[in-house]
Amino acid sequence: MAQSEQEILAGLAEIVNEETGLDPETVQSDKAFTDDLDIDSLSMMTIVVNAEEKFGVRIPDDEVKNLRTVGDAVSFIQSNQS
Amino acid sequence: MSTERRVVVTGLGATTPLGGTITETWDAILAGTPGARPLPQEWVEQYDLPVTFAASIHTSPEEVLAKVECRRMDPSAQYAMVASREAWSDAGTPEVDPERFMVAIGSGMGGVTTLLTQWDNLREKGVRRVFPLTVPMIMPNSSSGNVSLALGARAGAHTSVSACASGAEAMGFAVDQIRAGRADIVIAGGTEAAIHPLPFAGFAQMQALSTRNDDPGAASRPYDTGRDGFVMGEGAAVIVLESEEHAKARGARIYAELAPAGMSSDAHHITAPEPEGAGASRAMREAVQLAGLTPQDIVHINAHATSTPVGDVAEANAIRRAFGDATDGMCVSGTKSMTGHLLGAAGALEALFTILSVHHRIAPATINIENLDPEIHLDVVRGEHRTLPDGDIAALNNSFGFGGHNVALAVKSV
Repeated sequence: MAQSEQEILAGLAEIVNEETGLDPETVQSDKAFTDDLDIDSLSMMTIVVNAEEKFGVRIPDDEVKNLRTVGDAVSFIQSNQS
Repeated sequence: MSTERRVVVTGLGATTPLGGTITETWDAILAGTPGARPLPQEWVEQYDLPVTFAASIHTSPEEVLAKVECRRMDPSAQYAMVASREAWSDAGTPEVDPERFMVAIGSGMGGVTTLLTQWDNLREKGVRRVFPLTVPMIMPNSSSGNVSLALGARAGAHTSVSACASGAEAMGFAVDQIRAGRADIVIAGGTEAAIHPLPFAGFAQMQALSTRNDDPGAASRPYDTGRDGFVMGEGAAVIVLESEEHAKARGARIYAELAPAGMSSDAHHITAPEPEGAGASRAMREAVQLAGLTPQDIVHINAHATSTPVGDVAEANAIRRAFGDATDGMCVSGTKSMTGHLLGAAGALEALFTILSVHHRIAPATINIENLDPEIHLDVVRGEHRTLPDGDIAALNNSFGFGGHNVALAVKSV
């Protein structure tokens, strides 16, 4: 069952907060994981795996580098949810 | 040593089975509080472990550290971080040149809990569930690395690994670094977090742990005829060491002076102490000599005294072998009767107690001695703590580790 963009964004913000301590409010669609949120590659791996579990999707390692912004991740998750 | 720089202690920090700070811990020691408690963890029953209690940490680091810090550090590094921050703040958060500021924190087993939980994740859930920070969390130098990062120490971050002598060895290493002119200030100590079913089962299988399950508080009883093994503990203890010059220049409070460590190795057996105590006594004599003292100057010993039948007697023999009749002038405390055995942090924590004993001139009582073992020919402090003499005094802290490591630290009043 696909979730709305808003639901995915909120869930993702929760995961980012859990991993980095960043205020969920700062995790907005236009924010870049590396440049804006200062998330390093190790934290990104954890976020990806937790997102896979939470949203029931598979995010291949090759795909991770294309997820530059939070919005990119939300779109990827939404289009891959069955 | 090429220089005569004196090294002093200007900050203390600890998180232990008796308290979340060194102050709480020391108060509990003076009150004679036992730290051992039944283990609430379900694995005790699940694996039918023969020992059902331990001296677990008093204050969870999750109450002190940020949630993200806890996620990224094994409990052993979390404890080290808590203790280091306390020690650094106790030292007055010194202004220091980062390139003259060093860290030396030892550990017996490093991130053993993370190692084993991530192995469980791999087997049960697959490779995607292995935490990407697994390697930096399990490495034994994780604590020194993380503390150097948190406090900005750039003169070096070092890790002594010598089982239950690790924390004391790290302090000895730190003193040498300051005397050699490589640093002005060093955060030094030890940490351990091994209350996990596997190391617990390993110690139990070697018959090293007390099985007094019906009375955990009475289980750690160094020097008592009824002692039957040690009580596993956990935590961290850290001091701020400084060249006397540096400490005085910034007007720091000085607790005591720490002399270069006496160290030796038994080359006798991987776990059993050398029964005549030759190696241990050499370390003790060396510590006294390097401190510029004679055995008559030592008024107090905080003994390794783990409460094992063999170990306590071997150490008592070693003390008398080292100091002969001068031993009669030294009162001996076995604080593991209260803290349990903090393994890689034990030597560090007991060095803190020795420093506080010299500073406050109090030797803590050893609890749980109902019948003093007649094979122990030492003046053991029990019942009530003992007041140490005025004037210049010195005390010794002994730490020994599997592998045959012996470390003795001499603490002098200032």
